[in-house]
Amino acid sequence: MQDSTSVGIVTPQYVQIDKPLQLKSGASLDSYHLVYETYGQLNAARSNAVLICHALSGNHHVAGYYADNEKNIGWWDNMIGPGKPIDTNRFFVIGVNNPGGCHGSTGPASIDPQTGKHYGASFPIVTVEDWVEAQANLAEHLGIEQFAAVVGGSLGGMQAMQWTLDYPERVRHALVIAAASKLTAQNIAFNDVARQAIMTDQEFYGGNFYAYDTLPRRGLRLARMLGHITYLSDDSMAAKFGRSLRKGELSFGFDVEFEIESYLRYQGDKFADLFDANSYLRMTKALDYFDPAAAYDGNLSAAFRAAKADFLIVSFTSDWRFSPERSHEIVKALLDNELNVSYAEITSSHGHDSFLMETPHYHQLVRAYMENIAV
Amino acid sequence: MNDIIAPETIALRPDFDAIAAWIKPGAKILDLGCGDGSLLRYLRDTRNVFGYGVEIDDGNLLKCFNNGINVIQNDLETGLSGFESDSFDYVILSQTLQAMRHTEGIIQEMLRVGKEGIVSFPNFGYWKNRMQVICGHMPVSQSLPYRWYDTPNIHLCTLGDFEELCRQCNARILERRVMNNNRPVHFLPNVMGTLAFYRFERKGQ
Repeated sequence: MQDSTSVGIVTPQYVQIDKPLQLKSGASLDSYHLVYETYGQLNAARSNAVLICHALSGNHHVAGYYADNEKNIGWWDNMIGPGKPIDTNRFFVIGVNNPGGCHGSTGPASIDPQTGKHYGASFPIVTVEDWVEAQANLAEHLGIEQFAAVVGGSLGGMQAMQWTLDYPERVRHALVIAAASKLTAQNIAFNDVARQAIMTDQEFYGGNFYAYDTLPRRGLRLARMLGHITYLSDDSMAAKFGRSLRKGELSFGFDVEFEIESYLRYQGDKFADLFDANSYLRMTKALDYFDPAAAYDGNLSAAFRAAKADFLIVSFTSDWRFSPERSHEIVKALLDNELNVSYAEITSSHGHDSFLMETPHYHQLVRAYMENIAV
Repeated sequence: MNDIIAPETIALRPDFDAIAAWIKPGAKILDLGCGDGSLLRYLRDTRNVFGYGVEIDDGNLLKCFNNGINVIQNDLETGLSGFESDSFDYVILSQTLQAMRHTEGIIQEMLRVGKEGIVSFPNFGYWKNRMQVICGHMPVSQSLPYRWYDTPNIHLCTLGDFEELCRQCNARILERRVMNNNRPVHFLPNVMGTLAFYRFERKGQ
C-alpha cells in the first residue's frame, strides 16, 4: 500500500445534527447523524472543498483505506488522491454517507431514539433534495460556505445537479457524470422489480426483519443481480464472460454452469450480506422520484434557471441505463440558461459502471477540468 | 499542457484575426468544429465573447478543456438540435465546411441557431489548384495539405460555388474576405485567393 497517489489511511468521522431535517415527503427526521471522510486540507480561504456524492450502493468511504483493513479501499480511489484527477494536494475532498443509507449515517437499520428499536419500515422515504439538505448541514458543520465543486456519478450526479438548484451560491462547479434529470419508465421498472424481489422475500417482514434476527437475503441478492446486469453492457459481459463454463462442459442441471452465473451470484451474495434491504428500497425510490423539471411543467430549462454553477456533464457510449441522450437533455437545459458547460461523451464498453472505471481519456478530462477550477 | 497554443502565437494567425474583426465585443458565439478551442479562446481573450465550441474528436476535446473553453462533444453531421433557434449572435464554421458530409444541412442549421453565420474554407478555385488539376493531379498545397486518398476534405468548393449555395439556402452574404498567404486579395479573388471568409444572415431578417 505504499502508493504515492493514495490518500493512505483514512478514518471516518461522525457529526450529530439536531436541526430537524424536513423531508420532501412531509415527514421529518428530528435528529440524525452523518458519517463522512475527508481527504486533503481545507485551505485558509475555505475555497477548495469538493463534495463527492455517492450513488445507489456507495458510501462515505470514497478514497484511501482503513488501518485495520488495507483491502477496504474507497469506491472512487482511482479518481481521488494526491496527483489524481481530483487532486487532494489541491482540494479538500469530502465523502458522506446519505441519510437512509446503511454505512453509518442514520438509516432504517439505526435505532430510533423514540422507540429504542430499529427504524425499519418506519424510516421515512428520503429524496435527492433531502440529501442535499443534509449535506448542506455537514458543510456548515465543516465551515464550508461554498464548494469549489460538487461531484457525483449516477444518483450522485443527481445530487450534484440538485445542489446547483437549491444552493446556487454555494457551489461553483458541478460535475454530473453518467446521470439523468429523471429516470425513464424502463429505469423505474428495473427499480421496481428489484424492490419487489426484496419485499416479497419472506424474511423481509414488512421491513422489520431486524426484530426477527434475519435478513431478506434472497430478495436483496436478486435485486443486486438484476441491477448489476443493467450496470454492465452486453459487450462488456461478452468480453469478460462470454459463454465460458465453470467446469468446461454442460452439466444439464440448474447449478452454476456459466461463468456469468457464478459472477452474478457471487456479487449478489456479497451484497446481500453487506447492504441493508430497507436502504436499498429507499435509494431506488430516491432515483425514481428525482425530476427537477416536474415543478416546471416538465421544462428542465426552467428548472435550471436558478443555477449559477459551471458544469461538466459526462456520459458513456455504452451506458444504456443512463444513456448519453439523458445527458444531452441536461446539456440542453444548461445551454438554454447560458451557463458555462462542457460535455464529454466517453467511448467505453463498460456500461453504466464506466463512471467508476479508470478510462484514461475520461480521467484526463476530469483532471483537466479540475485543474481549471480556481481555489 | 504542451498542447496549448500561447496567445502570442494565436495572435499571429491571420485567419483568427479575420474572423475576430467581424465579432462584436461581448457577443455570444457558437464555434462549430472548434478543434483545440484556440479560436474561441482567442475571441474570448480579445473580444470578450461568451460561447461554446462543438467538437467530436476526443483529442481535441481534451485540448479544449486545457484551453479552458466550454465545449460540447457532438457530431455536427447530426445537426444542432441541442441548440435553440436564434440563440447565438454568431455561429462560426472555421475551415470545417469542406470536411462535412451534410454541407447544406449545416448551413441551414447555422442560419437557424445564429443571427449571423461565419464560414471560412480553402478556395479550390485558386489558380495553383487549377493548374495542378490541368496537369492531371488533385491539388496539394498549403491550404489543401492532403493527398486525394487521405484527405478529410470531401466537399471542396470555389468562392462561386459557395455563393451559389448561400443563394440556395436563403442566406444573404453580408461580407466577404479573401486571403492569400495572410494578405487580403481584391483582384480576381476566385483565382488569386487561397482562403475565403464569409459573413451571412438569413434572408428576410
